[in-house]
Amino acid sequence: MKLPYYPGCTLKANAANFEEAAMRVMKDLGYELQEMKDWVCCGTVFSMTNDDLMLQLASIRNLLRAEEQNLNELVVLCSMCYNTLQRAKKFITEDEESLDKVNDLMYKENIRYKGSVDVTHLLTVLKDRITFDRIKEKVEKPLSLLKIGGYYGCLLLRPKEFAIDDFEDPTIIEDLLSSLGAESIVFPYRLECCGAYQTITKKDVTIKRTYEIINSARKSGCEAIVTSCPLCAFNLDQRQKETAEEFIEFEQMPVFYFTELMSVALGGGWDKSWSKLHYADPEPILKEKGLI
Amino acid sequence: MSYKMTRDIIKNSLVQKIEELSGQNVFDCYQCGNCSSGCPVVDYMDIMPNQVLRLAQLGATEDILNSETIWICSACLQCSTRCPKGVEVAKVMEALRSINLRKRIGTLDPKKIEIEDLQNLPPIALVGAFRKLTG
Amino acid sequence: MKRIGVFICHCGINIKGTVDVEKITEEIADYPGVAYIENYIFMCSEPGQKLIRDVIIEHKLDGVVVAACSPTLHETTFQDALEEMNINRHQLEVANIREQCSWVHTDIEESTRKANLIIKTAIEKLKLNESLTPIFAPLTKRTLVIGGGIAGIQAALDIADGGYEVLLVERNPSIGGHMIQLSETFPTLDCSQCIMTPKMVAINKHKNIKLYANSEIESIEGFFGNFKVRIKRKPLYVDPDKCTLCDDCTAVCPVVVPSEYDEGLTWRKAIYIPFPQSIPATFTIDTENCLGFNPIACTKCQDACEPDAINYDMKPETFEEEIGAVIVATGFDLNPVENMAEYGYGKYPDVLNGLQFERILSATGPTGGEMFRPSDGKVPKEVVFIQCSGSRDPERHLPYCSRICCMYTLKHAKLYKHKVHDGQPYIFYIDIRSGGKRYEEFVQQAVSEDGIVYIRGKVSRVYREGEKMIVHGMDTLTGKKIEIEADMVVLAMGIIPSADTDKLVNILRLNTDENGFLVEAHPKLRPVESIQSGFYLAGTAQGPKDIPDAVSQASGAAAKVLALMSNDEISHSPIVAIVNEDLCSGCGICVDTCPYGARELDIIEKIATVNDVLCEGCGACISVCPASAAQQKNLTDEQIFNMIRIYTNA
Ligand SMILES: Cc1cc2nc3c(=O)[nH]c(=O)nc-3n(C[C@H](O)[C@H](O)[C@H](O)COP(=O)(O)OP(=O)(O)OC[C@H]3O[C@@H](n4cnc5c(N)ncnc54)[C@H](O)[C@@H]3O)c2cc1C
Ligand code: SF4
Ligand code: SF4
Repeated sequence: MKLPYYPGCTLKANAANFEEAAMRVMKDLGYELQEMKDWVCCGTVFSMTNDDLMLQLASIRNLLRAEEQNLNELVVLCSMCYNTLQRAKKFITEDEESLDKVNDLMYKENIRYKGSVDVTHLLTVLKDRITFDRIKEKVEKPLSLLKIGGYYGCLLLRPKEFAIDDFEDPTIIEDLLSSLGAESIVFPYRLECCGAYQTITKKDVTIKRTYEIINSARKSGCEAIVTSCPLCAFNLDQRQKETAEEFIEFEQMPVFYFTELMSVALGGGWDKSWSKLHYADPEPILKEKGLI
Repeated sequence: MSYKMTRDIIKNSLVQKIEELSGQNVFDCYQCGNCSSGCPVVDYMDIMPNQVLRLAQLGATEDILNSETIWICSACLQCSTRCPKGVEVAKVMEALRSINLRKRIGTLDPKKIEIEDLQNLPPIALVGAFRKLTG
Repeated sequence: MKRIGVFICHCGINIKGTVDVEKITEEIADYPGVAYIENYIFMCSEPGQKLIRDVIIEHKLDGVVVAACSPTLHETTFQDALEEMNINRHQLEVANIREQCSWVHTDIEESTRKANLIIKTAIEKLKLNESLTPIFAPLTKRTLVIGGGIAGIQAALDIADGGYEVLLVERNPSIGGHMIQLSETFPTLDCSQCIMTPKMVAINKHKNIKLYANSEIESIEGFFGNFKVRIKRKPLYVDPDKCTLCDDCTAVCPVVVPSEYDEGLTWRKAIYIPFPQSIPATFTIDTENCLGFNPIACTKCQDACEPDAINYDMKPETFEEEIGAVIVATGFDLNPVENMAEYGYGKYPDVLNGLQFERILSATGPTGGEMFRPSDGKVPKEVVFIQCSGSRDPERHLPYCSRICCMYTLKHAKLYKHKVHDGQPYIFYIDIRSGGKRYEEFVQQAVSEDGIVYIRGKVSRVYREGEKMIVHGMDTLTGKKIEIEADMVVLAMGIIPSADTDKLVNILRLNTDENGFLVEAHPKLRPVESIQSGFYLAGTAQGPKDIPDAVSQASGAAAKVLALMSNDEISHSPIVAIVNEDLCSGCGICVDTCPYGARELDIIEKIATVNDVLCEGCGACISVCPASAAQQKNLTDEQIFNMIRIYTNA
């Protein structure tokens, strides 16, 4: 079965492993993520000011493209894209006036945007359509012995009306990991922000965040964590370099995309090229547990 | 120095602008501090998120517009989801950033990003930061 | 000798934690007179009581000592258990080893030793206890309510509706108290007078209520169920039956005095009606200010009065009434603010207290409900309210929280904002206490929607500069020092017991706390009665409270009175004084000593007698009797000496 898919910029660059693994996994599960045509950047961060229609255009243009291509849904992997597209859609379609204004702004487009396209995160597809029980059946290499924490960050859960699960006590990632056979661990900082775009202007802030989040995971017994956001992955993984410089006692911890681990468990295997996109080397732990 | 309060300062035009942009009534806040206690980056702020609301209530808009806090905020929405009075603090932060950005006041000068970082940073970080922090 | 059973309670760990109950059980088992001894986790529980009942039969007991908590808590519980087994209730003694032992000591060895002695004294006392039956006395089914504020009014109406007579004594010329001065009431903002006046009219009309306005209590004697009270009614100098309320008199009266009703914001004449809805509805002369009572007489009002209702020669009247119970509902006064110099009260006309602000807000007030400030009649645009003015200030003013000021201040700010849309109210506060039903919602809504600015901090001072009141305060939430140029300042003064409560309390022989409020019998379990039998408490006389609480307490007190009135007789403890006629020399010292008037001298027999019904068993006469002729039942000298001996021999 085909699922219309919106990738977003980072999945074509720093997070190529996220996408590749997803493609493999979905194929194993009998689905095909079919990339929509002519997509553009989602705009990344959602603008929260009430009068800012301009800053919603990037997102809306993608939805309009989808409408044009007769897609009634977009499946998204990146938490940030998911969040921004969802919120932009609601913001624009909440009142007709905004919708009209946005359409007027995009007067050169061939059609006027109606607001018919749903935005779904891949995790929701896995949980609700494929179901974790089915995934469990498909597991070839259970991730047993792997102690792993699910890290949600902000964008899967906030604002609460777009949360893909209970916004204060989600279990969707943990449930997925359990179905893959892993020992999934709930750690205190799993819902806390990684520092996001502050990674540029306030690097010290993100370093401290990484330090606290990774330590929180370690204290709870995690050997690795998983995420679904490339920005979280960047901050929590790549920034471990600076974190170790800042805090001498800091120990590295691998950070996976959930699709990577799914690929390992469902028999799709691990691609060497993925390792290059990680800072904290994920291979030792996978080898140690006999997974690669 | 004493802060002289008058009825013209309370809900002055800038406060009204903040309320308009954020869609929040700053007087809904009853200063419980939940927003500040949950904010992941509060340690780096010069005034706490609850004080931002408080200063807005007092009409002390200069203090908040010039604060470091609004640029430290990473828009994680923790405060907004936890506020018992339903104040979307993150939207207030965004409004304050916007007022500055629209005057071309921001904290991120693209020219100043370190080259090494620029090569490594994912697009998501760059675009996000430009949108939130560049005036 | 009596066969005595001793039951030692653990009270969970309350007693057992510091008293070695097993050890004393062993120690006392062989004490003379003890036929049975046992300890148990909760003697007051049903299994505990059953234990007593079973042992009474099994071991043929004729007396029981329960070593447990204070007898004020469970004495009757255990007495009832004895009575169920046909043993007289006075064959029970409670040895208090909790409040008087385990709770106040930490050393287990010492407290065990003490508990042992306490139990032995109880055994000794019990050995000589007589079996007694209660004394019955008739009950006067009429109740005196003192104070005609909302609390007194509510209590009077409830009792009268229950079918019993009530005397309502109010010292002012009209009933109504403070509530009749209020504008609108939190949290519903209903008009205070609109909900108050129907109750006042009901008092006037009720066939079971006799109203003594302008009256005070002179003396009270007698006892629970049968008091005699003397009520002094000050003359009105106007015959209510003739007065047509035409108001001709006030037009001619040359004397002006600040109006009590308007809290000094307006003036009244020496002949006046307190307020239009006064009950009783009549004019009255204030003798302190009337010239007609001076040697060079003024008779202007008398001359003007067409129906000839005014009579300067009216005299105070005293009435003697018989009653069975008393409800004290004498209310509150605002804390006088002369000593709040830092806020300029009394110095600046635009610094007001809460009640004055109520009058300005009120449609019947000096401004007809329009918002003008007293000094120049301008509309105040910036108004500062200062909460806790003189409350919660143990160093300089009242140590306690006055409970109503948070809410009335918010109400003031809200009503002000309703009248002056472009005005700005500021409320300085330390906490916002809004515990009542719907109060928190009232607060939150007012802040969100009415733009009332709360500033957390106390005002240090207020001074005048030109037309403005400069207020120096602090916002502790931001650390900003705040300065406001206010047009008007309203002080949320705390409340204190109403003037002369101390004198009334002396007459009634009641207790007040360190702040002068009447003391309830138990802060949780008996909040509407005094420890003094037959006296009940209602409203702010007992402590600061708002209208809903005052009314609840009043209805509670009325329910207590109605329960009492449903009896035909009252029973009285038989623990009273007795006189050994052989020893009494008839010196009469006891007669002078008895605080209850229970002692009399039989002049013919030359001996002193005891009126059982009046005797409260206080023991005063027994200790003064030089011949040891007076004894107290079940607390005879012999019993007391036996008890003391336990300690002196230990
Ligand atoms: C500024 C202000 C605003 C308020 N606003 C509100 C409000 O909005 N909502 C609310 O619920 N509550 C409000 N309150 C509280 C409310 O006024 C009181 O709870 C209520 O009036 C208490 O009633 P009371 O009968 O106990 O006392 P009072 O009203 O004081 O009545 C006592 C009566 O006893 C009489 N008396 C006193 N001594 C004697 C004596 N020795 N002999 C005979 N008679 C005597 C007095 O003359 C008086 O008539 C407010 C209070 C203040 C000060
Ligand atoms: S959580 Fe909400 S009410 Fe509490 S201080 Fe923050 S904004 Fe104010
Ligand atoms: S949105 Fe900003 S202020 Fe609110 S918790 Fe996150 S970082 Fe702090």
